[in-house]
Amino acid sequence: MSLHMEMEQRRRTLIVRLKGELDHHTADTVKTRMEEAILRGNVNHVVLNMKDLTFMDSSGLGVILGRYKQLSALGGKMVVCDVNPAVYRLFELSGLFKILKFEENERLALSSLEVVS
Amino acid sequence: MSARNFMTLSFASRSENESFARVAVAAFVSQLDPTLEELTDIKTVVSEAVTNAIIHGYEGRTDGVVTVRAEIVDDNVFITVEDQGAGIEDIELARQPLYTSKPELERSGMGFTIMENFMDRVEIESELGRGTTVRLVKRIESKKALYN
Repeated sequence: MSLHMEMEQRRRTLIVRLKGELDHHTADTVKTRMEEAILRGNVNHVVLNMKDLTFMDSSGLGVILGRYKQLSALGGKMVVCDVNPAVYRLFELSGLFKILKFEENERLALSSLEVVS
Repeated sequence: MSARNFMTLSFASRSENESFARVAVAAFVSQLDPTLEELTDIKTVVSEAVTNAIIHGYEGRTDGVVTVRAEIVDDNVFITVEDQGAGIEDIELARQPLYTSKPELERSGMGFTIMENFMDRVEIESELGRGTTVRLVKRIESKKALYN
């Protein structure tokens, strides 16, 4: 039981697909790899696809909030998509649902960014 | 006949054991026939409490011991997560939503808030230099509904 991360860059948008479990143990890798990809790829926006994320706890909230702050400082946006009800409840509890943008799927997330960029 | 069952797990304070602990407790609780949501709640709170023990109790040291106990009494689940680590200086402050003593680690400060929201009861006992015990209680509704 661990986390698999797939990253794809389309122009200045980074798509991150998380598969598996995002907890304290796996959050460090997510942090490091996303941080690097955002800086190295001169990334503006991030789409975080949570379709295959089977578990998340508050450590996941921490790392997502961290990347949101990193992107905001660079003037970028973050869109989260395909969030299951259990994970969405954590976003609600923490108030993160107020500052992040949510879309049903990756396609909608990407098109929502094309409008803003 | 009172249905009572229990189990105890002790493991090293290593982050890779977080998933082991939550999966083991969830498997134990499965005998009450919980809903998927109840099971996710339990996995999440065990993950929160064990993560706290590792990050805050043992401050990342991997030679500490975390003990998780789960007990089923009728349709109630009692879970205890215990460490012999640093202890919590101010429990009320630690329970505040979004408060974290380690902001440099990108912690969300939501651990106790999640526990309070997902469980029926949360009790924290802590002594500086001695360790922390978190007691969590949740009633599993689904089985009862099935019988009625």
